[in-house]
Amino acid sequence: MSTVTRQAGPTVPAGPARPLSERRPLGDRTFQIVALVAGLLVLVILVLIAVSTTQQASLWFRTEGWGIFGTNWNPAANQFGALAFIYGTAITAAIAIILAVPVSVGIALLLTEVVPYRWARPIVYVIDLLAVVPSVVWGLWGILVFAPWIEGIYKSIGSGVEGIPVLGNLFGPPVSGASFFTAGIILAFMITPIVTSLSREVIATVPTIDKEGAYALGATRLEMITGAVWPHSKGGIVGSVLLGLGRAMGETIAAALVIGSSATITSHLFAPGDSMPAVIANQFGEASGVFRSALIGLGVLLFAFTVIINVVARAIVGGAQEQGSA
Amino acid sequence: MAVITGQEKLDLREPKGWRRTKNRTATVLMITAFVLALVPLVFVLITTIAKGISIISWSFLTQPIPPQVAPADQGGIGPAVLGTIEITAVATAIAVPLGILGAIYLNEYGGKGVLARLIGFFSDVMTGVPSIVMGLFLFSIWVVYFGFSGFAGALALAALMLPIVIRSTDEMLKLVPNPLREGSYALGATKARVTLTVVLPAAIGGIVSGALLAVARAAGETAPLLFTILTVMTANPNVFSGPNTAIPAQIFSNATSPYVGAQDRAWGAALTLIVIAFVLMIVARMVTARFTRFSR
Repeated sequence: MSTVTRQAGPTVPAGPARPLSERRPLGDRTFQIVALVAGLLVLVILVLIAVSTTQQASLWFRTEGWGIFGTNWNPAANQFGALAFIYGTAITAAIAIILAVPVSVGIALLLTEVVPYRWARPIVYVIDLLAVVPSVVWGLWGILVFAPWIEGIYKSIGSGVEGIPVLGNLFGPPVSGASFFTAGIILAFMITPIVTSLSREVIATVPTIDKEGAYALGATRLEMITGAVWPHSKGGIVGSVLLGLGRAMGETIAAALVIGSSATITSHLFAPGDSMPAVIANQFGEASGVFRSALIGLGVLLFAFTVIINVVARAIVGGAQEQGSA
Repeated sequence: MAVITGQEKLDLREPKGWRRTKNRTATVLMITAFVLALVPLVFVLITTIAKGISIISWSFLTQPIPPQVAPADQGGIGPAVLGTIEITAVATAIAVPLGILGAIYLNEYGGKGVLARLIGFFSDVMTGVPSIVMGLFLFSIWVVYFGFSGFAGALALAALMLPIVIRSTDEMLKLVPNPLREGSYALGATKARVTLTVVLPAAIGGIVSGALLAVARAAGETAPLLFTILTVMTANPNVFSGPNTAIPAQIFSNATSPYVGAQDRAWGAALTLIVIAFVLMIVARMVTARFTRFSR
């Protein structure tokens, strides 16, 4: 009973509510343990992913050594250098980010600073619909509708810039509807909702008083955004861009269908290429031995890249949100 | 009313000239950004509906999968519909209870402790793990030892759903006001009882809606299934044993087919998938609207 008086006393610092009785029946303790185990499952699964896939990939790591980062990928000749896929992943993710980030941040600013609240909700619903369309449907549309259509545009751009330094190297022939750039565009569509919603959360933490202060000084909306919103939320926006990058790197099925499946390292963005998730999805069916081990190894690399990016991004976004709520 | 006399009147209108031009350009660019995001969405939806609507029928959803050379009016995706229902149901039955329990630990027991913060942080990180990695994970830990099965696919989808359910449930539990818990404790209830009979029911609308969105996401996933269910063309009512198939996996194999019939069936399957996802999303919104008691 002394516990009760102590808890009810005014000197007890405010904390989370707790049961009155310190005697805890068995069922109560069991429930706590079950909940703890369920929570720990997240950490257990992450560790198991790393251990089990690395174990399956060890044959590739042992056979190739540093050759895993080589440029030769030729399953028929037992050569499994993965650099072309790492390059393709980086290029397509970079294209996706360059296209998606201005659009996403623009929509986030539109939602938070321009339109009234009753318009913001329908706009959010519409943007979220982009995320509801499954990856394989983006891929189907990409390969059957979008790629044949955009190939014509690539051709005219390609013939226009042919021979010009830099531009010719980036956009000149060979061109193909299924290419790095097409994959980048489709990935951009797919990551726009996540980058938009995360940027919006970050921008929403900008204190109203900062914004009103800027307006009171006579700032236009744009000047308010650059002077009050941007300094406060740039860190968080960088974090949400990184999370979008992680998504773009791991997005598999859409990329597998529209990237062109060609293990080449080239500066030509309109040429067919391949990426890590795409090659795993496309070639796993016929793989065995070192080949299969190499594909799982690509998954290990992908897991490592995305976990690192996500840890950094979440740390940045979390920090920005705490700063905002403080 | 302060009357300003002898002074120039304060002009509060939008400034003229270059500043106004820049400001208006920025607003136009923001609206353009929204339109740019809208265009692909509209095109994907219109194409899928236009090409899929003539294919979809009851017999399309129930007939066996024909060889790819078959014309569009033959066969359907019956085995894939069955597989998707089986696999998604098992994945939901695994991931939703575990996710809710995990969120209960985070919010009701862990508090601001190091372990709870660590689990919360890594749940966020886990939502960023590519779905294909979940497929490779289940291949390495399950398929290698027990063979391909719908259950392996369900485990991969469950691993994908778990952090999503934890995060959405956690958000909802945070919104339940503390006086509700304190009142129950004052009546002498144990923590487990308060959590199960007071806190969870208070947040149930948001929890169900979050779970439905996780199901919608999982039902459309292809990559985790490629290495776990093997994607056969025959129906397999036994989810626990033998290779299986699913709607997204069928679309993936038909998308690269040179046969028009197979492509048409892929559009029909794509429309089916989109309709499933939209229905789940609309139900989730309705649940939110009907049962939400506490919101931000």
